[in-house]
Amino acid sequence: MGEEIKFGSFEQVVLPHLDSAYNLARWLTRNDQDAEDVVQDAYLRALRFFDGFHGGDARAWLLAIVRNTCYTWLQKNRPQEPTMVFDEEIHSEEGSSLSPETLLLQSADSQLLRQALEELPLKFREVLVLRELEGLSYKEIADVADMPIGTVMSSLARARARLRQCLTNCLTKEPQR
Amino acid sequence: MSCKDTQELLDGYLDGELDIVRGMEIESHLRRCPACSQVYENHQALRSAIRARAPYFKAPAGLHQRVRSTVRQASKAEPASRVVTWRAPWRPAWNLLGLAAALVIAVLTWSISARLWSPSADELLAQEVLSSHVRSLMANHLTDVPSSDQHTVKPWFNGKLDFSPPVKDLTNEGFPLVGGRLDYVGNRAVAALVYQRQKHFINLFIWPAFEGPGIAEKTVTRQGYNLLHWTQSGMTYWVVSDLNRGELQQFVQLVRSSAPLPTSP
Repeated sequence: MGEEIKFGSFEQVVLPHLDSAYNLARWLTRNDQDAEDVVQDAYLRALRFFDGFHGGDARAWLLAIVRNTCYTWLQKNRPQEPTMVFDEEIHSEEGSSLSPETLLLQSADSQLLRQALEELPLKFREVLVLRELEGLSYKEIADVADMPIGTVMSSLARARARLRQCLTNCLTKEPQR
Repeated sequence: MSCKDTQELLDGYLDGELDIVRGMEIESHLRRCPACSQVYENHQALRSAIRARAPYFKAPAGLHQRVRSTVRQASKAEPASRVVTWRAPWRPAWNLLGLAAALVIAVLTWSISARLWSPSADELLAQEVLSSHVRSLMANHLTDVPSSDQHTVKPWFNGKLDFSPPVKDLTNEGFPLVGGRLDYVGNRAVAALVYQRQKHFINLFIWPAFEGPGIAEKTVTRQGYNLLHWTQSGMTYWVVSDLNRGELQQFVQLVRSSAPLPTSP
């Protein structure tokens, strides 16, 4: 493939997904500058692997590369930050007493949501961002986050339970302060 | 479906990732169970809060230009750097070895996954039988001839099928005959007999078997349904129900023992 042609189609196919790439990198690194660096690095990797891209969903393909670049970057630059999640029991919800929770969740503002999401463990943040902000299907999430498709739903369930817990805790404490 | 099962599948339901049967089961549970529908409301509230108000970080204006020019530079520099700096004397052989290994792995993965994922004729039939069962319960079209009388149901198939299915009422054994229905499975018209066990319906599909060795009993579980099939006296039988496997097995034994004996040894 001639380099000009290659760059031309790379530009058409992969560059339009820059926002998605940056959004994911920003959520995973939680820092503007780091996200920019990771995205730039990811695009270089994507260019190198572009010969191996044979059509299909370019956004999911790119996000997988961004995600891997993030992990490599985090391991190198923030080794103290855990990338794994401890398997913890999340208490099953009891329905009837939760009616006020719906109202609470509806009142969560942008600032609080951002804070709560950023405090989630990396793996949880990742699936939630891919699902809710990027709108990926379970199959695409499985490809991007390199997990069996069977565990996507349970990861999302645990991530959401954790986020709900965190939001309701914050929102119920707030008025007392 | 229990509350526990429902809540375990709620995220899949919310994300529209469940198959239609599961989805309908959840819906009907949510209609009946205020506790679970409250939990579902919380799920929805969380989702709409995230989608409406969690920040989406758009790439800063400068980044687009930066990435574009970096990529352009790299795509020009890449071939040169590959040739000049990366090629050590041992490298070509190493590359070949790596390529060979990659090929072997690729072929292995492909053959294994092909074996795992390409559905066999049996699996396709199982899917058809299951869909047919679900449709019969869904569309209010369980039977064409509602009758518990085997002497009404069996003659009803005359002229509608090119074979005469064995029909036996099993009321005394705890599986009353509900009726019969014409159905279409595996590219042919087949007889569907409907039996009932308490609140569970059983569809028994019958059609002439292909020539060849008969199939001993086989069991499959799909989406919470049990399916059993076998051939006997030149007929293929498929049984499907949400009934537990033990009782369904019992039903199968009853059907088997009431079916006509093979005509030739």
